[in-house]
Amino acid sequence: MTASTTDKQDSGYGRQETGERPNPRIPRPVSRILLNTTAEDHHIAKMAAVALGLTVLENAIPSPLPGVKPGLANIVTLIVLARYGWKVAAWVSLLRVLAGSLLFGNFLAPGFFLSLSGAICSLAVLALSLHLPARWFGPVTDSILAAFAHIAGQMTVVYLWLIPHSGIAYLIPIFATASLIFGTVNGLIAASFMDNTQQSPLPPGEG
Amino acid sequence: MLQHIKPGDYLTLLVGGLCTIWITVAVWSGGAADKAIIRSGGKVFREVPLSRDQQIEVPGPLGTSIVTIEKRRARITSDPSPRQYCVRQGWLQQAGEIAICLPNEVSVELTGGQKKYDSLNY
Repeated sequence: MTASTTDKQDSGYGRQETGERPNPRIPRPVSRILLNTTAEDHHIAKMAAVALGLTVLENAIPSPLPGVKPGLANIVTLIVLARYGWKVAAWVSLLRVLAGSLLFGNFLAPGFFLSLSGAICSLAVLALSLHLPARWFGPVTDSILAAFAHIAGQMTVVYLWLIPHSGIAYLIPIFATASLIFGTVNGLIAASFMDNTQQSPLPPGEG
Repeated sequence: MLQHIKPGDYLTLLVGGLCTIWITVAVWSGGAADKAIIRSGGKVFREVPLSRDQQIEVPGPLGTSIVTIEKRRARITSDPSPRQYCVRQGWLQQAGEIAICLPNEVSVELTGGQKKYDSLNY
């Protein structure tokens, strides 16, 4: 999706990027890394940034139990999924997890792997739930299924890696209830957003 | 708000809710206990059925703890430990529940048909 090229000043290459105007105000750097990005990349980045903002927002909300979170960022994932397809949704979701972990300083820490496993399981389930007949099933179904998959993935990682004891099964009812409630709420929010704005293709990439 | 919910969504909600209730019942109802395991000094002192009401005196390093079994429940009735945590814990009735008197090294654990888990494990 993204191709990167590095070129040094003396390598003799001209400007390699296409479709972008050179900015005369920025002096030519001594060494630079160019990412040849497409409009789709920019769009994904923007969506991931919105999801990231929601993640930050929800981290400010106190939680009675670690792991019980509204998962507001998944609203973005749901909207992107419905409008641009699974691949873009996967990018947005995984980028959000990565950037969020960098932001909160838990990259490669247990919390990061919990988020990642939850996101991967959600995306796997969403890939299946996409094939449900759209006439009968809407974003609320996707959201609930993804929320359950999310917590299932997290509990699996917790059990296999962090707390290898069946005692954590006692927490499942709490997490399942939270998944059901927050999944429904997020699905409703996503559905109302999708209702207000019409379907549109990818916007022209203005950067 | 409600117009965003499609018929299948109600189905998902219903199935999800039922699954949640089922999991809650399956995980949280500790199951009927039918046996009490009394330990002293880390070793099993006696295993007694809950069906018969009785009082059992369990020796420990500080003195004697008394375990009472009554109406398919069990409790530590008296104990020489200074803070009396295990006595104040009261009646145990679900499988997996446990009362421990650490100073006197006496514990009572209820078990059911299958071994359940409690917050003290791990």
